Amino acid sequence: MSLRDQACVTGIGETRYTRETTRSQAELTFEASLAAIADAGLDPKDIDGVVPYAMGGVIAEDFVTNFGLPDLRYSAVTPMGGASSVAALQNAALAVAGGLANHVLICLGRGALSTGRITDRIGMMPQFRLVAEHEMPMGTVAPAQFYAPMARRHMELYGTTSEQLGEIAVTFRRHAQLHDNAMMQKPMTLADHQASRMIADPLRLYDCCLESAGAAAVVISRADLARDCRHTPVYIGGVAEGHPDSPSTITQRPDICRIGLAKAAPKAFAMAGVTHADIDVAEIYDCFTYIVLCQLEDMGFCAKGEGGQFVQGGRIALGGELPVNTHGGLLSQAHIAGMNHIVELTRQLRHQAGARQVPDAEVGLVTGYGDLGDGSIAILHR
Amino acid sequence: MNDLAYDKPLPEPSAVSRPYWDALREHRLVLQCCRQCHTVRHYPRPVCDRCYSMDYEWIPASGRGTVHSWSTYHHPFHFAFKRDMPYVVLTVDLEEGVRLQAPLRGADASALRLGAPVEVVFEDATDEITLPAFRLL
Ligand SMILES: [Zn+2]
Repeated sequence: MSLRDQACVTGIGETRYTRETTRSQAELTFEASLAAIADAGLDPKDIDGVVPYAMGGVIAEDFVTNFGLPDLRYSAVTPMGGASSVAALQNAALAVAGGLANHVLICLGRGALSTGRITDRIGMMPQFRLVAEHEMPMGTVAPAQFYAPMARRHMELYGTTSEQLGEIAVTFRRHAQLHDNAMMQKPMTLADHQASRMIADPLRLYDCCLESAGAAAVVISRADLARDCRHTPVYIGGVAEGHPDSPSTITQRPDICRIGLAKAAPKAFAMAGVTHADIDVAEIYDCFTYIVLCQLEDMGFCAKGEGGQFVQGGRIALGGELPVNTHGGLLSQAHIAGMNHIVELTRQLRHQAGARQVPDAEVGLVTGYGDLGDGSIAILHR
Repeated sequence: MNDLAYDKPLPEPSAVSRPYWDALREHRLVLQCCRQCHTVRHYPRPVCDRCYSMDYEWIPASGRGTVHSWSTYHHPFHFAFKRDMPYVVLTVDLEEGVRLQAPLRGADASALRLGAPVEVVFEDATDEITLPAFRLL
């Protein structure tokens, strides 16, 4: 049995995205969830499966309590950090294809500073046990520092430049300016990127994503039921997750420039029965500019080492050969851990993206990336 | 040395890593080696991922290696490193085939290239904990 086209994204919902909030992670998550369920044309009591974000401050039972779900018969978590949301698509597709649920809610909320800065969160996570023992004493305590050596080695081996990373940031900023729910509306030039202060060389401030408050949610429905929902169904054609070698420390990874997505991507393309040339739009997890470049290579859009040249010349901008992060991404829309990427891809494939619409978008992909290199990918089509 | 004065994160040795940290305190770098297939592994862990043996010994490392990658840290994500900024942290291929991450002393990033030879040095953080660092050879 293949999961191809067995499940659809039928509902999408988002809160406003902001820098800070006084609202709880749970409140934001419920608001986005109710919006996604209404968007699908469903009643909350139609939801019989929930896959909440493992770090999202809510558990599946909270949805029984708050929405009065009469028969929650499927629940799971996919604890892969930023790869969780797209990995949850695989989980939900499996659940509906296997007859375990009809409509599965996937949701993710972040309360920004109210739920702690990134460095505080990291120290408490079990996947950082080895890093905490061997690398945090060296001052390596934050994701920018975890990934800087990957980017530096890529530059030394292949001649990749900071300007090429800047091209990614500048492109996503332009896209964000076309979205009324994007945090960063101020224009950014390549010179602005180059003038931004160094954080962990070679990563500058504008190579790093935002920290945000807000929530997003999607409803995944069994394909035959999706046809009765409100909008054009968006099919999950192919989906996969992949874990890198030495997942708990990049330092010991045989090839520090190769991440889990390299293992997952061929499986997702094969399942969907499409090739790279079929992809009209890509929403790629962008915690850092370099991680976008690395994923483009590891998915096979170009060879390892060619990512720097690939992103130049407008190829990844709206109107280019492969528009990437049409909503602005984590770098310029908001850091909703990639759930916002799934929402945007769904909008693109429904042809509801307004000024950001990729004309005639039929097939697109979305990726997730979790510390310290977990990958997930879904190929969706209308 | 007064332990109370040390305000940076410290390792909490586990049952399996304790001998590694004990050796560093004596200014010796040791690595875990499988007794069955003789594969060296790092960071310390219970099982050999090549032959699945849980039988291992600690072998002395030469302390020499070559630069695999690096980053110059400019932004202190932890307050105690603010006074050190900027400084370079190296990822080093040790001669024994595993890697070590530690700061570079006595040079800045302009002196670096992939493959540059380095040697480990030892820095006492507290009475209990000594951390590795590197200098260029
Ligand atoms: Zn062995």
